[in-house]
Amino acid sequence: MSDYRIQGDTGEWEVVIGLEVHAQVTSNAKLFSGAATAFGAEPNTQVSLVDAAMPGMLPVPNRECIRQAVRTGMAIEAQINKWSRFDRKNYFYADLPQGYQISQLYHPIVGEGAIDISLDEKNPDAAGKRIGVERIHVEQDAGKLMHDQHPTQSYVDLNRSGVALMEIVSKPDLASPAETGAYLRKLRSILRYVGSCDGNMEEGSMRADVNVSVRKPGDELGTRTETKNVNSVRFVMAVVEQEAKRQVEVLEAGGKIVQETRLYDPDRNETRSMRSKEDAHDYRYFPDPDLLPLVLDDAFLEECRASLPELPDAKRARYEALGITAYQATVLTAEVEAARWFDALLDAGVKPAAAANWTTSELFGALNRTGRDIANSPVSPAQAAELLGLIADGTLSGSLAKQVFEVMLETGDGAAKVVEDRGLKQTSDTGAIEKVIAEVMAANADKVADYRGGKDKLFGFFVGQTMKAMGGKANPAVVNEVLKSALGESVAP
Amino acid sequence: MTDLTDLGIAGIRDGVRDGSFSARDVADAFIVKVSQAKALNAFLVETPDHAIAAATAADTARAAGETLKPLAGVPIGMKDLFCTKGVTTTAASHILEGFTPTYESTVSQNLWDAGAGMLGKLNMDQFAMGSSNETSAFGNVISPWKRNDGNGVGGNAALAPGGSSGGSSSAVAARLCPGATGTDTGGSIRQPAAFTGISGIKPTYGRCSRWGTIAFASSLDQAGPMARDVRDCAILLEAMAGFDSKDGTSLQLDVPKWEAGLSASLAGLRVGIPKEYRVDGMPEEIEALWQKGIDWLKDAGATIVEVSLPHTKYALPAYYIIAPAEASSNLARYDGVRYGIRDLPAGSGLQDMYAATRADGFGPEVKRRIMIGTYVLSAGYYDAYYTQAQKIRTLIARDFEKAWETCDVLLTPTAPSAAFALGEKSADPIAMYLNDVFTVPSSLAGLPAMSVPGGLDKQGLPLGLQIIGKPLDEQGVLNAGLAIEQRAGFTARPEAWW
Repeated sequence: MSDYRIQGDTGEWEVVIGLEVHAQVTSNAKLFSGAATAFGAEPNTQVSLVDAAMPGMLPVPNRECIRQAVRTGMAIEAQINKWSRFDRKNYFYADLPQGYQISQLYHPIVGEGAIDISLDEKNPDAAGKRIGVERIHVEQDAGKLMHDQHPTQSYVDLNRSGVALMEIVSKPDLASPAETGAYLRKLRSILRYVGSCDGNMEEGSMRADVNVSVRKPGDELGTRTETKNVNSVRFVMAVVEQEAKRQVEVLEAGGKIVQETRLYDPDRNETRSMRSKEDAHDYRYFPDPDLLPLVLDDAFLEECRASLPELPDAKRARYEALGITAYQATVLTAEVEAARWFDALLDAGVKPAAAANWTTSELFGALNRTGRDIANSPVSPAQAAELLGLIADGTLSGSLAKQVFEVMLETGDGAAKVVEDRGLKQTSDTGAIEKVIAEVMAANADKVADYRGGKDKLFGFFVGQTMKAMGGKANPAVVNEVLKSALGESVAP
Repeated sequence: MTDLTDLGIAGIRDGVRDGSFSARDVADAFIVKVSQAKALNAFLVETPDHAIAAATAADTARAAGETLKPLAGVPIGMKDLFCTKGVTTTAASHILEGFTPTYESTVSQNLWDAGAGMLGKLNMDQFAMGSSNETSAFGNVISPWKRNDGNGVGGNAALAPGGSSGGSSSAVAARLCPGATGTDTGGSIRQPAAFTGISGIKPTYGRCSRWGTIAFASSLDQAGPMARDVRDCAILLEAMAGFDSKDGTSLQLDVPKWEAGLSASLAGLRVGIPKEYRVDGMPEEIEALWQKGIDWLKDAGATIVEVSLPHTKYALPAYYIIAPAEASSNLARYDGVRYGIRDLPAGSGLQDMYAATRADGFGPEVKRRIMIGTYVLSAGYYDAYYTQAQKIRTLIARDFEKAWETCDVLLTPTAPSAAFALGEKSADPIAMYLNDVFTVPSSLAGLPAMSVPGGLDKQGLPLGLQIIGKPLDEQGVLNAGLAIEQRAGFTARPEAWW
């Protein structure tokens, strides 16, 4: 149980949250027509006769959309319903050409499943919670109205009309803004791993309806409100926080929560009433007579299962088993692109711990600094493997490697080429190192005496001077060894 | 020389093939007949150019020694429910006035691909809702038939051609075209065929693609041919049917060679007579014709068995829940936004536009069914009406399955009366709905069923017999129809008055 509580005048309140996430299915074609689904196209250029609901047009299910929904269900270990059915949800609106949305009310394609979330990256297993998923169904998206094109008329863009959505409905198992955010991030991560949705909330390919109610600990569930179409993780968390606070205030002032649909206004960080249950449509759901029930055969299900990639939790466990820390494993598996990049690095033969350290500190640091994401990393896993190989075989010291990496980021050149071109190779030439050390000791005779007099800490000073004199290219291990011996040699027994 | 418009489809096809006459001559003859028959109001749009183009293609192909297509040289009429590319398509509703599709329905395309040409778009009950053709927004079609009691009450009354495919039935009966397309949701091919003394078959649900056919009730709508005899129906149906990946309910089956399979020898065939179809108040003449039909089928070698379809009496109420429910949703797209008429009162908003457009665009019967459908699907009533109706539908299908254990086809009257006069039933929707009592059960079960003319009543009006078959057994239905046709010797035709 979450210990998130709202402190009201009458005591503590718990928050109960459920999410309905609409995720646009990654597919080249719409759910029931062959029209394309590209984002940002000119209005009404991605519209077939079916999407515009011309007379006599009929929907035919797109196999790829069905496959993606099934794969998503499998990824959250949900029950896959081999028999499901499409229903019509009837209402009039200018962005809904058919006058109904084809959805699945009575018999969804995916039944109950679960998503494990973590509230502590450093200790993901200890701070975990299992969030139930009630169902996933597939449905059509509506078109879009544009109110800013004409002073007295609205324009309709049907590009989005008929695009396939998965509606992923959680159980009311979430109890805080943090849990809600973690759930949404984890869900997005899974969708991206599976490849069933790009999870791009800015472009609207993932949106959440946030159901919130409050109650005194131990009480029955309170009346909930539903805040529609929230389009970022941050906003979803803000909705939970603001809406729960608002409800507590209303209840403590002796008011009642009305079951209603609300909207979130990010500029004012508040939710506003959109319509109450009394104004709710009667959607007159009934089975779509244009479509036969959807029956999935075993071969199809097997193909779906076989095509599933390793998922974030499994990958994290595998990384940890390789000796990577839990924190690093969590960071490396949060986004599928990072995990893919890292797997490629491992495949190139780099030792797991070294690969994890370097990726999470050097690479992620550089990407952060340059404002890029890993999908656009200027350094490929193969190039990084080459660099790490040069560290492992002693060609480069840690600090030299940093210099080489910087050059690689700028030029896109391979590590060996940078080392060659810039002469950044580390030297393990004992003779040369001994010569420099002798010079350093001669120039710092007083410090040699101090060291020999017991000031052990000065050892670092000699290392630094030696490295400096050698332009950072000396092999630190050899320097240490030679220094120890040179400084110790003259110590009188 | 024979009047080419007296020929049926097989006759035209064969004559064009063997060079007895040209396809162009056939097209011209029918085009003239169509242009002279305005009084019947059977055609909403005349498309002589389409018919001539197809005829010219047939004649050119023949001159070049090519193998002719199955319907080369055959001009037909197209019910206005089928979307035809570049030709106004309205479903006989004001709301679609001026709508010209940019696409061709699968059924009409199949016919053009088979070489047929189009004489025009045929009038019908608005959105295929009606049994008399009186719901058309463009005036009712008039049957070419007249009662023979010219001096009696309503003697010269204009008669209903049946509905909803009333333009098709009237045009075929009046020899304005040798064959036409129809659609059948609860009897819309069979009842008008019976009223006008022609043949018509509704195939198994899923045989003909619904793509591009304006929807009335999706789970029931089926296209089928209407023509002067059984052979012509078989020829047309072969061209119309076939799997279509654009229709999710289309049957993925090859089209049988129905014409080649025609046989009137029914030895071994078991014909079921459902006792529940003996309804109160059915005219004696229909009873008598039914008995004749039984005798004809016996004569053709069939054995007769009595069967029971116990849920028959619930079929009509169930149909008038399911069909309006689907229609209320299917017709939601006519909203004035994208095509058809738009009524936008000054200063009004979206909801006002919907209300004005639909109030103006739909006729009273369409509105009635939208309201019934909306009601039966609404919260609190859904289970009491829609769910119950679906259960009845399942029971009716089960009745038929049970019947197939003891028989192969069923024989019934097509309609409980001969054609009635226009205006006679239009004030009483229930009386009108009762006309579908014999045709609706097989529609609910998705079964193939056809009407063939059996004789005339004492007023000189045609009466039809209905044969209902097992799923996919159009051949059995056609063969039984052929056996009746050969024995009934129905040669009556309306005298031209138009």
